Amino acid sequence: MNILVCVKRVPDTGAKMVLTDDEQGINTRNLGFTISPHEECAVEEAVQTVEAHGGASTVLTLGPSDADEQLRESLAKGVDSAVLLETDREWDPQATARAITEAVQQQEANGEPFDLILFGNEASDTADYQVPIRVAKALDRPCATSIKAIEVGDGKVRAKRELGADWEVYELEMPAVLAVMEGLNLPRHPSLRGTMTAKKKPVDRQQPEPAEPKLEKIRLKHPPEEGGQVEILGQGADAAPKVVQILRGLEVL
Amino acid sequence: MVLTFIDHVDGTPNEASLQALTLARGLARQLGTELHAIAIGSGADAIGSSIAPYGVSTVHHVADEQLEAYAPEAWGSSIAQLASANGPEAVIGPGTERGQEVLAHAAAELDQPMAANCVEVTPGEPVHVVRHQWGSSLLEEARLKGDPPMLTVPPHALGAQAADAPGDAQLATFEPAIEERRLRVRVSDVETTQTEGVSLKEAEVVVGGGRGVGSEDGFRILEELANELGGAVGGSRVATNNGWRPHDDQIGLTGTKIAPQLYIAAGISGAVQHMVGCKGAKHVLAINTDDESTMVQKADWAILGDLHEIVPAITEEVRKAKG
Repeated sequence: MNILVCVKRVPDTGAKMVLTDDEQGINTRNLGFTISPHEECAVEEAVQTVEAHGGASTVLTLGPSDADEQLRESLAKGVDSAVLLETDREWDPQATARAITEAVQQQEANGEPFDLILFGNEASDTADYQVPIRVAKALDRPCATSIKAIEVGDGKVRAKRELGADWEVYELEMPAVLAVMEGLNLPRHPSLRGTMTAKKKPVDRQQPEPAEPKLEKIRLKHPPEEGGQVEILGQGADAAPKVVQILRGLEVL
Repeated sequence: MVLTFIDHVDGTPNEASLQALTLARGLARQLGTELHAIAIGSGADAIGSSIAPYGVSTVHHVADEQLEAYAPEAWGSSIAQLASANGPEAVIGPGTERGQEVLAHAAAELDQPMAANCVEVTPGEPVHVVRHQWGSSLLEEARLKGDPPMLTVPPHALGAQAADAPGDAQLATFEPAIEERRLRVRVSDVETTQTEGVSLKEAEVVVGGGRGVGSEDGFRILEELANELGGAVGGSRVATNNGWRPHDDQIGLTGTKIAPQLYIAAGISGAVQHMVGCKGAKHVLAINTDDESTMVQKADWAILGDLHEIVPAITEEVRKAKG
């Protein structure tokens, strides 16, 4: 099994988001960076699948030069190699999908095809919901999204998606593309040894050709503030009787 | 025409589709053009009466037995073919899982851009959109240079409003040419599961716990309170990532979005990831040691202090009140 997993570097936002002066992004002076929870599960699934079936895994991102930090985190968790498509600004979904498609074709020309290409279902920031589908289309491979369970075997992948309380089941011939969601597995933390080894693994840096964006950001802004003033009912257990009044007022008791 | 994809179950459209129709109608009016709908799958031919009130003049019913069951790639191809044949001014869909997926397939086939989760759209060259980012914590203004422009509308951001005058919702049969390999992705089976108790999504009262709960065992007092109130227990991403709760219990951007009458948030600081998931709660009671935490600041009511003392005290008071 050869698996490619695609991730995106995003700010680790915490509770408050402050915009940059040019309104083009989030002020990250006091923030770290991460990948989306869906993508953490995609990375974990790649590592677990290779552990169970043999083969190799590769992690790829399109983003700034500093995004090698996110690639190394994946390497530390057991991914074998990394590709960084370096860009100096954000790319729109079409241009991103095109660059990933070309990188896949290039990687596959040099070796084995990827049986599975995994994405997070949507990025934490832009949530475009389309890059996996565009890549699958360009490579003429089947694609299923919103996947929360994967079984691999016999040249096929059985992928499940939640539908209310039930599961929809898809059976795809590999090679296939899947967009996965958090809940697929419980991602591991990197081991100290993994982190040390990851520093020595090579990152294949490439500079794809930019394209004219067709979905072009003008600026970010905050939505209108909602809500008013919080009423402090009190300190500690003594405030509990007031909660009963609230429950009665809301007719939930 | 402005063409809108309807996400439905056996001919009953979901609320998000009616919301998408509402935005689409506003755009059609500005452009001086008709509002059309496209419906695919089992029961799609019966959809007219439920969407006519939203001003739909024509419903394109995709008549193809192979497409009765959900098949995202083939469904997307049907929309792409209808768009190619009719040249709509815009193609719009609901931002449901199926809506995003099917529209993305159509956009990929047409090689056109798609803007997900738009709450405003203004016609022009290019079209101007405002869309959700970071799960609606931020908004992005963007130019959408598509022919046609394609976009989705996030569920429950805008209300569904009937038109002043209903449309005819005249049924037009559309027979797409679906290549065999477009059917390689389709639902082959549905597995049903048994669920017990009230689901997080539908509960009237939700008791949520985060880092402050401290352990799997610590959730027992939250369960007792939820039980007394006939509610459900949920957790922040910290709780599910530590394995204190299963992922199904996660309230947040990558978990469940809740909409109870009352959300009791215990030991949750209020990261963006979590606040996006509990935004639909009508009222919030925060229990936290930190009066400056986002959760306390955004709550209607707060009790300051140790949740391990406060939550059992509330349970006790509720029991007394129930007699």
